[in-house]
Order: sequence, then C-alpha cells, then structure tokens
Amino acid sequence: MERRQGEAMVAIAILALAGIVIWQAGTIPSPLYAQLGPRVAPFIVGAGLAILGAGLLLAALSGRWRAEPEEDGAPDLPALGWIGAGLAMNVVLIQPLGFVVASTLLFAFVARGFGSTLWLRNAAIGLAISLLAYLGFDRLLGIRVGAGILEGVL
Amino acid sequence: MDALSGLAQGFAVALTPINLFWCLLGTTLGTAIGVLPGLGPAVTIALLLPITFKVDATAAFIMFAGIYYGAMYGGSTTSILVNTPGESATIVTAMEGHKMARRGRGAQALATAAIGSFVAGTIGTLGLAFLGPVVVEVALGFGPSEYFALMVLAFVTVSAVLGNSALRGLTALFLGLFLGLVGVDNQTSQARLTFGVMELLDGIDVIQVAVGLFAVGETLWLCARYRNAKDEVLALSGSLWMSAQDWARSWKAWIRGALIGFPIGALPAGGAEVPTFLSYYAEKRLTKHPEEFGKGAIEGVAGPEAANNASAAGVLVPMLTLGLPTSATAAIMLSAFQSYGIQPGPLLMQNQPTLVWGLIASLFIGNVMLLVLNLPLVGLWVRLLRIPAPMLYAGILVFATIGAYNRSQSPLDIVILYAIGALGYFMRRYDFPTAPVIIGMILGPFAEQALRQALTISAGDWTTFVTRPLSATLLAIAVLALFGPRLWAMARSR
Repeated sequence: MERRQGEAMVAIAILALAGIVIWQAGTIPSPLYAQLGPRVAPFIVGAGLAILGAGLLLAALSGRWRAEPEEDGAPDLPALGWIGAGLAMNVVLIQPLGFVVASTLLFAFVARGFGSTLWLRNAAIGLAISLLAYLGFDRLLGIRVGAGILEGVL
Repeated sequence: MDALSGLAQGFAVALTPINLFWCLLGTTLGTAIGVLPGLGPAVTIALLLPITFKVDATAAFIMFAGIYYGAMYGGSTTSILVNTPGESATIVTAMEGHKMARRGRGAQALATAAIGSFVAGTIGTLGLAFLGPVVVEVALGFGPSEYFALMVLAFVTVSAVLGNSALRGLTALFLGLFLGLVGVDNQTSQARLTFGVMELLDGIDVIQVAVGLFAVGETLWLCARYRNAKDEVLALSGSLWMSAQDWARSWKAWIRGALIGFPIGALPAGGAEVPTFLSYYAEKRLTKHPEEFGKGAIEGVAGPEAANNASAAGVLVPMLTLGLPTSATAAIMLSAFQSYGIQPGPLLMQNQPTLVWGLIASLFIGNVMLLVLNLPLVGLWVRLLRIPAPMLYAGILVFATIGAYNRSQSPLDIVILYAIGALGYFMRRYDFPTAPVIIGMILGPFAEQALRQALTISAGDWTTFVTRPLSATLLAIAVLALFGPRLWAMARSR
C-alpha cells in the first residue's frame, strides 16, 4: 500500500507541474502578428502533462503502475543525507570560498555517503582532483570557473 | 556529393595530425568513460560542450564521435568483467559475457566484443557514408510540415514505443519539452516560463539537464542502494586469444548483428537496446550450441555487441541528414551544432562537407584505434574498474558541478543542476526513462519552429499536416505506433 502512495505522489506532482505550465502560459503576452503565438506551445505541453499526469494517477491508484521493488529494500536515507549535505554546502560556499575549497568538501561528503570514513585522506584526494579540474578548465581550456581563496593564490 | 568523393575528401581532413589527435583523444576518453560505471557518452559530451568556444567544429565533432564510439567499446568491458552494464545498450552483453568471464573465458568474450564492434562499426559507418547522401536527396524535398510530422514520429517512437511504459515514456518526453520551452521565445522575444528569474531568460542549458539526470541522478540512485552492492571485478586469466572455433562461431554473429543494428539505429526510432535484444534472440535461435546459452555462449556476446555498434552508426544517419537525434548522445551533439551556429538538416552535407565527411572518415579511423585500445591495451582499462566507488562518484559530482558552474559562475546554475539530479533520482526510482527528456528538450524548439513555418506557409490552415501525403503518412505511423500495440493487445484478449 505504502509503495503505491509514492507512485500517486509522482502523478500528483506531474499534475501540479501541468497546472503551473498552463497558468504561466496564460500570462505570456501574445503579439498579434505572430501566426502561432508564444502561448500555443506552452499550452500544448501543459495540456499534455495534465493528460499524462491523470493517466499516471489512474495507473497508480488502480495498482497497475508499481515501480519494481528492489530486493535491497528501502533507499539508504542516511547515505543520501551525506550527499545532500555536501551538495547544499557546495551551493552556499562556492561563491565565497571558491570552486576548489567547495569541491574538496563536496568530495569528502560524497565519499562519506558511499561509506568511506577516512575524512582527511578523502579531503586530500578531493583537493587534488578539484585543483586538477580547476587548472584543466581554467588554464588549459580557458573556461572561467570563478574566483576563490585558493584560485587567487595560483 | 556522392559517397566515394565525399569519403576521399573526408579522409584528407581526418588524416591531418591535429584531427588524428582529436580522434585519439575522443576514443581514449570514450573508452575510459564507457568502462567507468556512472559516466556515459551523453554526460561526457555535455561536460565538454564548452570547448565548442575554443576548438573548430570539425575537430570538436571528431572528438565527440570518438567518445560516442569509444563508450560502446568500453561499456562492454564493464559488462563482461563486472556484470553491471555501464550502458543500457550493453545489458545483453552482460548476460552471456559475464558468464563467459566466470568460466575463465573473459579474454575471449572481450576479444569477440572488441573485434565484433570493429567489424560492425565499420559496416555501420559504410552504411552511413552510402545511405546518408540518399536520405539527403529525399529530405531535400521535405517542407516544414513534413519535418514537423517526422519530429512527432520521432517523439512517439523514442518515448512510447521503446521502454516499459508508453505513459511514463511520454511523461519524460513532455518534461523535456517543458524544459526546452523555458526562456525567451526566439520568434516573438517573449519570456516564457521563466517565473520572473533573470537567469532563466537564456533558457535551461542542456549541460545542466544531461549532467543532472545522468551523472547527479545516477550517483544519488546508486548511493541509495550502495550498501547492498557487491560488484566484483573478475580477473583475466588463461589464453588471451580466440580459438579457431571461437572465430568460426563469432564471425557470422558479427555480420548478422551489424545487419540488425544498423537499419534499426537509422530509423527515426533509434535506440540501441532493441537491436541488441533482437540480435541476442536471433543468435539463440540459430546457434548449434543452444545448451551453452545462459552459461556463456560466445555468439550471445558477438551478435549483440556488433548490433550495438552498428546501431550507433545508424543513429548518426538521421542526426547528420535530417537533424533528427534519436538518442540522448545524438541530441547533445545536435546542441553542439547550435552552439557553432550550424543549421542541422539536409543541407548540412552540402554546406559543411568538410565537417560531415571528415567526421565519417574519422569514424573509420577511430574504429581502428579502438580495436587497438581495447584488445592489446584492455588490461589498462581493467585497472580503471578498481577505482573505489566512493572516490569515483565523489569525483563525478565534482566534475558535474564544474560543468554547470562554468556557464555563468552563478550558484543558481548549480541549484538547477542538483534539482534536475533529484528529478533524475526519482525518475530512476519510479521507472521513467530519462533519454526522452534530453531528446524532447533539444528537439522541442525545432518542432515548434517547423510548426510555425508550416502554418505560415499554409496561412494558418492546420489541415496542411494531413493534406500533404508524406506528412499525413508520417503522422499516421506515429498514431499507429502510439495506439497500435494497445489496440492489438485488446483485440487479442477478446
């Protein structure tokens, strides 16, 4: 029973997205000279999502749609939590501290999510990889990756 | 231009040292990411899209095509030795190939996969060189309404016909169409679905979507189930050579696989999964050793591996001649055309002969390089498989982040990347295919453009799509492909 709830939630999310698309499409100013105005495609996509969302909801409620439960059971939420924390930290820190420092932390947290607890070693490897990626993109390809504390020193 | 003079010109382009270098770089990188689980050609090409600002188009496409072909070779190594298919197209290879490796015949499985990939890749590339100009001839007569109908057909086949569920495939497609709509409408200059966010006026970048879905989403998905993972890399042992019997059993399977893979890849339906399964069942039926199937039959590796490489070449036919991508990787290559300001479509071969024929010629060269990279040097790639998962996935997320961040150094780009990663996780969790998202996102704006042009020509008359015979036929096939299987099932259950 609980699993079907998940499927129904996904269907409802699609329906919600359809509602947002149709609502936003209505707010697009439509110049008269266009043969096919800018609203038409968003309306078509919104309507399509609505029909598909309704179909998914029916399939979920009738039990026809059930994502195969894997033998390994429920998702490992603590592990996902470590990665989620690493990602969130990266978003917050990448501008004040720069790509290299933020990525080093991200690396260590993702490694922890995959069960590796050697924080210092992982941070060192992460630092090496981030530096390599920074130098490769910024110096070799000339693609800007932004400034930061370590980037300024190099 | 006919195929032979085109190829002659192409080899002149592809054999220059600098282009050989790009080809070698692409095939090496492609093999590496094909071997590594969690990274595929779509993500890799997406991450490398920024080089389109630095490198000329021919060089970039030679490298991209090398990555595309290389990943097909590398993916089979992982399927055979670890039994976790790196690519959906190598699922079938894992079925027999991994069994062979367990019986100590891993080297022979790798050899038949690599040589079969080479044979089929070469046949497929020949098919591309000779079929391409023919398709162009036909396509030059297409108007916007035919194009629109063709895109609708491709939308239906990539999302509804392949895969487990038409409903979920189409939902994925429409999510992609939605993502493609975000930004300024290029005809009327109106902001659409940007929710008042300035950064969204330029639209959502294909890098964010491809890397988010395939790299971030995949990492989250694997992490959620990682505590149960017990992949073990099998060692290579014994004779590394194929015996005379191995050759005898393999070569017909290679040819058959190529002949199954190329046409299916070239159809606007595309996809490499279907031909690999078809080839597997064909070999299972035709084999003189049916007792070995399920225990490691060499034909079951040779045929599907050939089919998947030939279909990779086939997918390039609609991509280069019609501007119609039918796989996620092809869709990202199409977006690379856009960033060069090159208009994809039937005029591409005429307007960019150096690019197209140089690319095709480099595929022949790349196949030779890949044979060398994947047979004598296979031990090198096996070492990549020993990278511990925590390091591998942490590294993937760092590279994914740099790929999104270098667009405008805005944290918002990273937020979008991670949000799409979460979407990718839930799509995996609830069994939605992800490739239709990319195809819908790239092809959607082209479809809207074709729709507008068609309606402008017909002065707003929507019947233009059903009164022109070709577009009516294509739309009819699309409707049939969408509802046919279901009606057939209903009729049979009566």
